Amino acid sequence: MNKVFSRPKSLVDIPFTYCPGCHHGIIHRLIAEVLDEFNIREDTIGIAPVGCSVFAYLFFDCDMICAAHGRAPATATGIKRAKPDNIVFSYQGDGDLASIGTAEIIHAANRGEKITVIFVNNAIYGMTGGQMAPTTLEGQITQTSPYGRDSKTMGMPIRMCELLSTLNTPSYISRVALTKPSYIIKAKKAIKKAFQFQIDGKGFSLVEVLSTCPTNWGLSPQEANEWLDKNMIPYYPLGEFKNSEEVS
Amino acid sequence: MAKVVIDREKCKGCELCTLVCPQNILVMSKSFNKKSYHPVEQINPEKCTGCAFCAMTCPDVAIEVYK
Repeated sequence: MNKVFSRPKSLVDIPFTYCPGCHHGIIHRLIAEVLDEFNIREDTIGIAPVGCSVFAYLFFDCDMICAAHGRAPATATGIKRAKPDNIVFSYQGDGDLASIGTAEIIHAANRGEKITVIFVNNAIYGMTGGQMAPTTLEGQITQTSPYGRDSKTMGMPIRMCELLSTLNTPSYISRVALTKPSYIIKAKKAIKKAFQFQIDGKGFSLVEVLSTCPTNWGLSPQEANEWLDKNMIPYYPLGEFKNSEEVS
Repeated sequence: MAKVVIDREKCKGCELCTLVCPQNILVMSKSFNKKSYHPVEQINPEKCTGCAFCAMTCPDVAIEVYK
């Protein structure tokens, strides 16, 4: 009997600190598998964000730094420019990347920094207790929008992939989800491609992963998956938004 | 013949694996683990095809698959 599935070597063998059913663990595993498959664990430097996944530096068995809230692309820029032979990725949530770190991500993408960004969009602030994020859907109830997000006063949710794909310099921008095995396989392919772009020195790559937050959405993990399929995917369509290989 | 090995202590009982198993042979245990979750367990192991959907879906990477 051969082992066909086991914990990737780039993931430290300790339990995750995430809530039951949270998709962070799946995303961690996919990144770790890609690091294993490219055999780049020793050369990789990851940037952990502020948020639930702040402890990402405990879970990945590669060099990790924790940046100030939203500043991961700026830190990644510095590391990549100082050590261009290393592989640099940042792991950021939606409160981190789409709110406080909007300036950093837009300018890092616009400069075409040769980094990979994994953007976890769960439409809410997780760690701080479920406040409204820029990516919160219209009508979604959160701690700071108890009557639902009202687009008249709070605007509409930001679609980061679409926004960043209007820039000329990013090489690869894609949005994936994890609610079924077929989506998980596609997500792994997208993350692998994003790292391949960086290994080839092609430029900025970003993968947005639609994720659930069962605790703050007030749903069971199963209901959260269904809610994501029903509400988030229609507003945040899946697919590749930019792939410089296809253009050239 | 395929086999899944579930790490009872890592499982947080989110039930996501039970939903994707095509053979419906993953169920929640009645017993508790050290974190007071009901971990998942396998019934009718001879039916397992080793598709690894459960392991792929597990957010806590608590499942290993042998084939």
